[in-house]
Amino acid sequence: MENINRKLKVRVWRGTQGDGTFSTYEVPAQESQTILDVVTWIQQYAEPTLAYRFACRVGMCGSCAMNVNGIPRWTCRTHVQKVLEDGELEIAPLRNLPVVKDLVTDMSEFFDKWVGAEGRFHPSATRDDEIAAISPADPKRANANAAIECINCAVCYSACDTIAQNPAYFGPAALNRAWTLQNDERDTAFKSRLETISGRGGCTNCHSHQSCMTYCPNELNPTESIAGLKRMTTRSFLFGGR
Amino acid sequence: MIGARLYLLQRLSALVMAPLVLGHLATMIYAVQNGLSAVEILSRTQGSILWGLFYGLFVIAVSIHAAIGLRIVLFEWGVLPVRRLDLFTWGAGLLLFFLGARAIVAVVM
Repeated sequence: MENINRKLKVRVWRGTQGDGTFSTYEVPAQESQTILDVVTWIQQYAEPTLAYRFACRVGMCGSCAMNVNGIPRWTCRTHVQKVLEDGELEIAPLRNLPVVKDLVTDMSEFFDKWVGAEGRFHPSATRDDEIAAISPADPKRANANAAIECINCAVCYSACDTIAQNPAYFGPAALNRAWTLQNDERDTAFKSRLETISGRGGCTNCHSHQSCMTYCPNELNPTESIAGLKRMTTRSFLFGGR
Repeated sequence: MIGARLYLLQRLSALVMAPLVLGHLATMIYAVQNGLSAVEILSRTQGSILWGLFYGLFVIAVSIHAAIGLRIVLFEWGVLPVRRLDLFTWGAGLLLFFLGARAIVAVVM
């Protein structure tokens, strides 16, 4: 690797909400290095008290998201070479969530809204019943499939400018989840969920900036899901029923 | 900070406004190009039920649309707290309607 002896200049947020500053570290550049590798190197060799969160390291658990050079990313799957700006990195906690310490945010609000938008599945059958036969070609199933691979990393929540201005808004992840359930034939809470997601913190607050779609690491399109919920809301309000 | 009702009212009022805006622009261009004086314009609008209905509907749609839009902007800019939003929306809507209705009365009556 040509940059084998090169050092990365990395600025990392240290401190809590509104009370902290960026500290600068020099980190050895390595081949195929991820942002999470950089943060881990800093904690192990330079700053043992640095707080950050990760678990699976393979883009499945959604716990390592951070702001890298101003853009929210899953750090375990983000290669340094792809996001480096003039040989420098700035790593900060996710936006729109309270910072506990350094790079760790308090995600309670994110998951509370997920539940608040009725993100829970309400089954119509018990384990003793036959498994529901749903064709993959069914249009509603196709809608759900397109949105279902969310790992709850909160990248979209951090990217959303509407949440930044309107903290009561449920946000893209919670509404995307609600959209998958509204398209699930087996779910029984269609009406009550629709009432919740068309309420004051619901889908009608979305300005369709599409930052959620732009930055979703799993390439989902929550804006499209929210647009679907808006159509559902409109149909229900004007014509009633499903 | 809007629910389904205000969201739909804003979209429906936009639907109503779209053709009216085009009609308004076309009227303005027509009046200017033909060099109509204020007296000539008033002679055509005064007593006209059609112009009264055209601009009456326009003013109602604008009052609804703009009041809801301002509500959202001022809330998201942090100018208005949640508890003042409904009062502001009604106030802005009624003020716009009053100003618009006054202008229509002056031109049509």
